Amino acid sequence: MSVLLFTVIVLLGAFVAGLVGSLTGLGGGVIIIPLLTLVLGVDIHYAIGASIISVIATSSGSAAAYVKEGITNIRIGMFLEIATTVSAIIGAVVTVFINPSYIAIIFGIILLFSAAMMVRKKIDHSDNDTSGKLAVFFKLNGTYPTENGPKNYAVHNVIGGFLMMFVAGIISGLLGIGSGALKVIAMDNIMRIPFKVSTTTSNFMMGVTAAASAIVYLHRGQIDPGIAMPVALGVLTGATVGSKILVKTKTDKLKIIFAVVVAFLALQMIYNGVTGKL
Amino acid sequence: MSKENKNFFADRDIQIILGTLLRVGVIASMTVVFIGGLVYLVFNHSEIVNYSQFDSVKSGFSKISDIFIGLGELKGSAIIQFGILLLIFTPIMRVVFSIFSFLIERDYLYVLIGAFVLCVILFSLSNKLVG
Repeated sequence: MSVLLFTVIVLLGAFVAGLVGSLTGLGGGVIIIPLLTLVLGVDIHYAIGASIISVIATSSGSAAAYVKEGITNIRIGMFLEIATTVSAIIGAVVTVFINPSYIAIIFGIILLFSAAMMVRKKIDHSDNDTSGKLAVFFKLNGTYPTENGPKNYAVHNVIGGFLMMFVAGIISGLLGIGSGALKVIAMDNIMRIPFKVSTTTSNFMMGVTAAASAIVYLHRGQIDPGIAMPVALGVLTGATVGSKILVKTKTDKLKIIFAVVVAFLALQMIYNGVTGKL
Repeated sequence: MSKENKNFFADRDIQIILGTLLRVGVIASMTVVFIGGLVYLVFNHSEIVNYSQFDSVKSGFSKISDIFIGLGELKGSAIIQFGILLLIFTPIMRVVFSIFSFLIERDYLYVLIGAFVLCVILFSLSNKLVG
């Protein structure tokens, strides 16, 4: 395949990945990696390197839109980044020593999990009950604006959330994805942060976490300009278009369709991993 | 009400600045990647790609110094890699700015937390981890 053809195919694929990733909230990485590996036969280590670049681009690009609504909790973000940056680097250092087949299998499992999380009905667990000493010490509790004025919320189970974030960081570094689904578990379910705050804070953190592992990938030569260029440009454009559509459309039905597609991709990855084709 | 509210709005201002910073970083770096991409396609479009086997030296730009050397030679792939480097530094700049904003707020605990996160990233940048 010539450079020109490869670039055009990846550019189009990355655009679709960015679009779907932004409509479903899955992120572009989980879709671009199966595309590169399964369809184009790219080594998974290159796919991971290219994907992490798209994670930085989309999360940083959309952070601007999010923060204008003034609901990112910068302290929660910074506090949890202690866990995610350290673990992302560990994941990124370890990944190259793992057999690509195993990475494909882990990737498939995370993908299945993300698809399930996507269609599951989300329940807001947030409240303003007295939270633990740690949350008070680290000043994690906050407010967010509602129609009836600022609303207070309390952060719970800081240690549990921190540990879950550590796992999310490892997965992010290992697979080159934002691992948003795991971050949602940490923030929504364990720490019981309101959606409005958790979504934007998680997105805000993703860029820093991804940058930490991207540096490791770069040093190792996993970021190849010929792949990273079309992936980054395509995913970012797709995600930007997606975020414009998102405001206008209801995505419930769309999510179920995509969940099926993603589950199929996940099984493909696992199958190829098990049979040693990747 | 007053104290928390005040913090909320002070944070808000900082966040708007940070958000804009991130966007500017993304647009700037992606423009560089795009230009590099054009140069790369003009000169390399007919080459045959082969990414089926990971080779750590193939990309040729795994060291930051190599990227700058390639940049001087106006190589497309070096320009792309430079854009990617800018993109990687965008969220890192956010950490730096956050540390300053915590400093202004006299929140020294978070200055410390921010500094730790930055040190972790800088350690990774020092290339001691890959060997």
